[in-house]
Amino acid sequence: MATTQSQAIGKWALAPSLLVLSGWAFIPLVLTIYFAFLRYNLQDPDNTSWFGLSNFYYFITDPYFTKDLLHTLLLVFSTIVTTVVGGTLLALLLDQPFLGRGVVRLLMISPFFIMPTVSSLVWKNLLMHPVFGLFAGIQTYFGALRPIDWFGTFPLISVIIIVSWQWLPYAALILLTALQSLDEEQKDAAAMDGTPPLSYFRYIVLPHLARPITVVILIETIFLLNIFAEIKLPGVGGVAGNLTYLVFSQLNDANDVGAAAAGGLIAVVLANLVSIFLVRIVGKNLEA
Amino acid sequence: MARKQSTRRTVAITILAWFIGLLMFFPILWTAVAAFKSESDAYTLPQNMLSTPWTLENFGIVQERSDYFRYVFNTVIIAVLSTLLGLLFAVPAAWSMAFAPRTTPSSTISGWGWLAIVFSCGLIAAGVLYANGWHPQNAVVGFLLLLLCIVPPTAWVWTRATTDTLLWMLSTKMMPPAGALIAIYLMFNRNGLIFKDWGWINLSEYNLIDSFWGMVPLAMLLNLPIIIWMLYTYFKEIPVEILEAARMDGASLWNEIVRVLTPMALPGIASTCLLNLILAWNEAFWSLNLTNKYAAPLSFFISEYSSPEGQFWAKLSAASLMAIVPILIVGWFSQKQLVRGLTFGAVK
Repeated sequence: MATTQSQAIGKWALAPSLLVLSGWAFIPLVLTIYFAFLRYNLQDPDNTSWFGLSNFYYFITDPYFTKDLLHTLLLVFSTIVTTVVGGTLLALLLDQPFLGRGVVRLLMISPFFIMPTVSSLVWKNLLMHPVFGLFAGIQTYFGALRPIDWFGTFPLISVIIIVSWQWLPYAALILLTALQSLDEEQKDAAAMDGTPPLSYFRYIVLPHLARPITVVILIETIFLLNIFAEIKLPGVGGVAGNLTYLVFSQLNDANDVGAAAAGGLIAVVLANLVSIFLVRIVGKNLEA
Repeated sequence: MARKQSTRRTVAITILAWFIGLLMFFPILWTAVAAFKSESDAYTLPQNMLSTPWTLENFGIVQERSDYFRYVFNTVIIAVLSTLLGLLFAVPAAWSMAFAPRTTPSSTISGWGWLAIVFSCGLIAAGVLYANGWHPQNAVVGFLLLLLCIVPPTAWVWTRATTDTLLWMLSTKMMPPAGALIAIYLMFNRNGLIFKDWGWINLSEYNLIDSFWGMVPLAMLLNLPIIIWMLYTYFKEIPVEILEAARMDGASLWNEIVRVLTPMALPGIASTCLLNLILAWNEAFWSLNLTNKYAAPLSFFISEYSSPEGQFWAKLSAASLMAIVPILIVGWFSQKQLVRGLTFGAVK
């Protein structure tokens, strides 16, 4: 096994990474905790003082907070349902042999590589514009007099559609990889027994996908809690903002460092609730 | 009979799969079409998709008006340098955890003991601050108090067994940027926490906002946990026996790593680099918040089109196309390897 020499060198080989990552993890956190208890506005930076829990009080009683918390949860939940259900179906489809499978696979995963700023602006303008957008064009073609103004009438749903489009490929790719590791013998046995497709899916595929689906849900939650560009660029932060956007606007629009820090800490707690489960699952896999 | 049915089934699946694949790809295709149309044609694209002339003028205008190549240059600098810097940190760390793992924690203090230490240090720091009206008396005291708060958790992390260290590294990736934004912004900004007139040294001339000195390390830190994880899973697959054989033959540690390990790990290192490149290329939160001109990457460049004047769809499409095509191609080439990095090895 590992020699004493490599153990000793190993400790030092690990040290630089541990050092920068601990700095990255702990310094901002400690400072944010400090600021959360400080009255500190960037417009009056010299006049700061102890503020107790007031930052938390003001952040939570801000009328935007309840709305934005709800938006955050709705955005995360709807996107996860859409991408996991859609991703499972897509993965099942792509697992079948058909003509041009490789190309279709490439087409299908492409949205995941599009930068968030591009997808938000392209969807908002070229597709969802109430007059010139493609969706409006299709509706007009079928005789609608006033096509849907997507971002005007359904801002949160529009954001969810864009984000789902970006994350569906992720779920599909992960679940497809998992499907392909399904035991061939099990497949053959099921085929020989004449298992109907639905029971095959229910009793063989679904149990096999349970863990990858959990992983997809947890990882997507962590990224979806932090959606930012898809809300800021279409300019719907006021009507469909999430917690991340609210923290940004406390800092950027209100210049209120204290309130932004309090909001940031709330976001940290929310993310931690999810990451505990994710870390457990990954940890189990590590031991196996 | 059975065979005929299965052919029919294959045809149906082929049609369905192509339909869905094209549907998913459609917004990108639509952007690509609009990019080659004149402005007025782009606004009536559904009717004019194939009937109107194609043009290349949008690409020229985008370059001329907003200097596309400078943003590409910035993006490449940030993505490539952060990847290389990340490798510099991650390769030794992943090597150490894969081949010289620590099986037990090196401290005898229990989990609750550590929690008590971290909390009491935090409380002491908070108490000192509170007694002074929540302001450190001077910079030195402030710095010492910060150290008091971060040294115990750092010491805890450093003494963990390897599996726990790995999981902790993963958990740093889960920290929401909203939680770090305020601190990073004030650390980077002029007249913030660092760049101000300290009396004995005047740093108020400098800042890290909109600078490569800030963006490259930041991009590196954002993805370092993923790089380390991915490399670790690749290194784990290399049989230890080969390394031991090299050692038996008298290879030094340096030779063992450079001549034996690296060639075997090269495919893994390459796909790690590609994933990191994709993540850094598409990063938006920090780019939008911390850059505005000199070090602004393509994410920022596109965001400039959110409040334009006059007709702009064809130019937006051309700019978007130029921003996504390079990384889309990288993504296509590395899609199979991405799964490992994007699930932290939890799905194989």
